[in-house]
Amino acid sequence: MAFLAPTVLVFAAFSWWPIVGAVRLSFQKTNLVTPAHWVGTDNFRRVLDDPLFGTAVRNTAVFTALDLLIWFPVAVLLAVVISELTRAGALYRTLVYLPVVIPPVVGVLLWKTFYDSDYGLFNDILGLVGLGPYPWLQDSTWALPSLVLQHVWASLGGAVLIFIAALANVQRELYEAAEIDGAKVRHRFWHITLPQMRGVLLVMFLLQAIGLFQIFTEPFVMTNGGPADSTITILQLIYRYGFEYGQYGTAAAASVMLAVVLCLLSAVYLWATRKWGSR
Amino acid sequence: MTATQDVTIGRRPRRSRASTETVGGLVSPADRRRRGVRTTLGGVNALVLMALVVMGAAPVYWTVKAALSGTQQLLHEPARLWPDPTMWSNLSTAWSQLGIGKYLVNTVVLVLGTWLVGLFVTITGAFAVSVLRPRFGSWVYAGVLATLFVPGTVTLISLYVTILDVPFTGWNLANTPWAIWLPASANAFNFLIMRQFFDGIPRDLFEAAELDGAGPIRLLRHLVLPMSGPIIATVSLITIMAAWKDFLWPLIVLTEPSVQPLSVALPRLAERADLSVLIAGMLIALVPPVIIFVIFQRFIVRGIGFTGLKG
Repeated sequence: MAFLAPTVLVFAAFSWWPIVGAVRLSFQKTNLVTPAHWVGTDNFRRVLDDPLFGTAVRNTAVFTALDLLIWFPVAVLLAVVISELTRAGALYRTLVYLPVVIPPVVGVLLWKTFYDSDYGLFNDILGLVGLGPYPWLQDSTWALPSLVLQHVWASLGGAVLIFIAALANVQRELYEAAEIDGAKVRHRFWHITLPQMRGVLLVMFLLQAIGLFQIFTEPFVMTNGGPADSTITILQLIYRYGFEYGQYGTAAAASVMLAVVLCLLSAVYLWATRKWGSR
Repeated sequence: MTATQDVTIGRRPRRSRASTETVGGLVSPADRRRRGVRTTLGGVNALVLMALVVMGAAPVYWTVKAALSGTQQLLHEPARLWPDPTMWSNLSTAWSQLGIGKYLVNTVVLVLGTWLVGLFVTITGAFAVSVLRPRFGSWVYAGVLATLFVPGTVTLISLYVTILDVPFTGWNLANTPWAIWLPASANAFNFLIMRQFFDGIPRDLFEAAELDGAGPIRLLRHLVLPMSGPIIATVSLITIMAAWKDFLWPLIVLTEPSVQPLSVALPRLAERADLSVLIAGMLIALVPPVIIFVIFQRFIVRGIGFTGLKG
């Protein structure tokens, strides 16, 4: 029993209790100084009435969709190409994973200087071939896609490595059989490689989606939600409610709403790992 | 048929290399013998390698270069390959004037503490649930498992409230390292994979040792720990890398600049510091994780497999 004590204490205080606390707090009004009091569903109504919440939900949805749309095919393609091309893939795997090793804050600050419209690396290089200058982060249409591009860069490596590992497990005899039947490489990819990887693909897709729903560092550090709220995300809004306006109840209500969506995704994720996961 | 997918990437490439030679992959040996296919593959190879260098190596190189540039040169020629003159002094300016040295020490303290406290909690708990199997062990395990459904950011606000006033103790942990160490040690993923590993140790060994009169502490120290090198290495690296990257949580609970890690301090410094000196600071924040990655690559890559798929 003594061995179990640290686990029970730590989980009770910093995991189970806060989960209960989040739900309780969402029905209370508190500034953490005067005692909290119950306010029913006021916090939820306040969140839903906030026009910025709609903006944040929309931005997060667009961010997630755009990110997955680029990240997913690029990761699959890179994994397939790398595992087909290279005998000694160590260099490739190191290079592809390096951006993941860079601490997110450093990566984001780095890209912020790249994106600078007057002195940035991107406009400088694009200028050499007669393109631009582009406003990147200063324009409310292009700021969000710019953040997505940075995030895809930062998160590609993990998925590529996992896909490479999964590709090594595709049953090779099927390729031979398909080849004898005259199937082209393209067909072999669609009908043998992808179906055999569907478990890993689904799991990684869900993991990335769960992460994207909670995107914070990129918009917070790079644009602080601007310009004109075009990059504010749900988690950033929760942060503002709580730690800038001191409306902890409102922040908790928004968290609970986010939790419902994330729980569903996590449930599908766990189900998928059970069904297709290893061992 | 896909039920046996194995994700320990560490030893994977060697086997796949052998099998591309014998059996062939998506592109078969017969395909590879055709000249057109070989040329295409060569072209694609060059292209991919170039893209990977641009994506992976170039940003790190640029950071090194920018950290040693003068700010004016950096602004006017961002694509310049190497600075002239090389401003080595940027590093010492960042270290002392921006206080990067102090923030680096803070980061190391936070990361090492997270690692040690996390390992202690995870190992004792997983050992209890897997080997000792006390009466409520399976309930605790279910409780730990359940937290996987609740992503950490969802409890952000209430965890912060908890930190300000820890239940039954009245402690306020804000602006102390414990505010980072303790919540991070309640890590369900690490607990899970540690338990899974302990479950794989044959039970006969424990029974034999218990017959010899070994108590739980001796079981843990002399039997379980010596066998658990790989899993401890993997969990350690996952924990250390994640702790070094952490941003949002320290931003919330460490509001006092004197206790902040690099990740929290850098964005604040970015608002007033000279660009090249700031990048020198970013370089200092970047070097330790890159070095750890290069040295322990094998374990880290295996760890990705764990976190990605083992649930």
